[in-house]
Amino acid sequence: MIQVEHVSKSFGGIHAVDDCSLAVARGSITGLIGPNGAGKSTLFNIIAGLFAPNSGRVLLDSEDVTGWPAHRLFHRGLARTFQIAQEFSRMTVIENLMAVPPKQSGENLLRAWFDWSTVIGEEQGLHARAREVLAQLRLTHLEREYAGNLSGGQKKLLELGRTMMIRPKVVLLDELGAGVNRTLLSELAGEIERLNREHGYTFFVIEHDMDLIARLCDPVIVMAEGRVLTQGTMAEIRSNEAVIEAYLGARHHKPAPEARP
Amino acid sequence: MDIFSPGFLNYLISLGTMSGIYAVLCLGLNLQWGFAGLFNAGIAAFFAIGAYTTAILTTPESPNYLGGFGLPIVLAWPIAMLLSGVIAWAIGRICLRLRGDYLAMATIGIAEVIRLLIKNEAWLTAGTRGIPNIARPFEGLPSTWNHLAFMGLVMALVAIIYWAAERAWASPWGRTMRAIRDSDMAAAAIGKDVTQFRVEAFVLGAMVMALGGALSAHYFKFLGLSATEPMMVTFLVWVMLIVGGSGNNRGAILGALIIWIIWSATELLTNRLPGEWITRTSYIRVLLIGILLQVVLQRFAKGLVPERPPRMIDDKPESR
Repeated sequence: MIQVEHVSKSFGGIHAVDDCSLAVARGSITGLIGPNGAGKSTLFNIIAGLFAPNSGRVLLDSEDVTGWPAHRLFHRGLARTFQIAQEFSRMTVIENLMAVPPKQSGENLLRAWFDWSTVIGEEQGLHARAREVLAQLRLTHLEREYAGNLSGGQKKLLELGRTMMIRPKVVLLDELGAGVNRTLLSELAGEIERLNREHGYTFFVIEHDMDLIARLCDPVIVMAEGRVLTQGTMAEIRSNEAVIEAYLGARHHKPAPEARP
Repeated sequence: MDIFSPGFLNYLISLGTMSGIYAVLCLGLNLQWGFAGLFNAGIAAFFAIGAYTTAILTTPESPNYLGGFGLPIVLAWPIAMLLSGVIAWAIGRICLRLRGDYLAMATIGIAEVIRLLIKNEAWLTAGTRGIPNIARPFEGLPSTWNHLAFMGLVMALVAIIYWAAERAWASPWGRTMRAIRDSDMAAAAIGKDVTQFRVEAFVLGAMVMALGGALSAHYFKFLGLSATEPMMVTFLVWVMLIVGGSGNNRGAILGALIIWIIWSATELLTNRLPGEWITRTSYIRVLLIGILLQVVLQRFAKGLVPERPPRMIDDKPESR
């Protein structure tokens, strides 16, 4: 579904992503883990079209989409959430969802002025769909709240909700779990599994919650210093010495009794 | 003061007309700033484009500037709006990729370019000489009535623009604009062509501003370089929108009314100052307006009539 081929991206002198290659299989829930600064979010932003790579290619559904703007990628079925939630803060929660679906005739001003009944008809459909999504996210009581007033975790949920307003082929989730309480997160994991199983959505997930990764993701890709370190099932990753080294540093490679983190 | 005297009536009519013209400009700015978050610091440019276009098109032929072409207003105003829209489109394609504060700088620069063009290209605009004899609609009517009729025309235009802007606010177009304003990154991630939408808001706002400029030219019947000065247009319109409440079309109109009343009232007051002060009055007025802006922003951070989300479809089956 997604192929990343020899992608590099540097900011100033920092090689955030350095000759990175990986693939996300269709229908999988692929995890992406790695220590802070490993280049995970940068890689996500390159895949999602927020910035172009310095070199290398990105393929979506076998099509070369390197350097495409984000809005075009969305229309090819790629949806995403952000590491730091990007809610539309001065819009209500339900408006945040209703804004998502493409090809709304009311986005054309002439239709809004002269064909209002069509617009209203579509709005009713969007409104109903948005309420379903809110119910699934347990956010119904906040329907009319400004999104900017939500808690950090609720904003994360709202972003997930935006991806649920359409039928994407692949969803990039950037640290969904940050700030979301564990009970709800567990329910959301169930929802992700259901979307994956029943609707065939592919998920590509950055997550620091290893329990969530272990539950959802196969395979898991480990990044460190802008490259792919290894990939495999969570069990394989857990016992991989290179991964332990990347996370904890070289000193811990050979565990010594007096070693401190 | 005898409130039934013709002088006072005329004062009221001029107050209504001027605040109506400013309301048009404010509604135009609200489309750009309140809807789409575009910081246009060059309102005067689009105002001047509208004013000069209609002046050149409607006045009788003159050796001092291009034309005039003696066209009727019903043709000249749409052309003025269209021209302003085309220029805004060209500017927008280049500048709207810029983020917030850079757009502000670019529009300041563009307003200055247009101001210098108007000043120096005298073959086109009569330069410092100015364009006289601009016809005002309804001039055939007796004195007070023609003022009244022109005020009515201005208010009718305010009403139409208000309706169109309110519908835009309630529509998915307005929702997408607000989404872009709040986070252009997330708006792009949900498939919105951010630049395209920004250009639409910028062009539409510029067209409305040009109409404000055209109305002003016909109201004063004379057009000179003062029309291009940032103080009377850009600064005042921004104060009006901020005081009234950006993101709220009613706020835009209310701000225009209140600030214009205060602005013209300060003229009455400052004219009674001792002689040596009178030369400084224009600075004093700007100072007063600046202080007022501070006071309002301290007390009402979002303006007198703050932004509100549009009514939802389940509030009432037949929305607006």
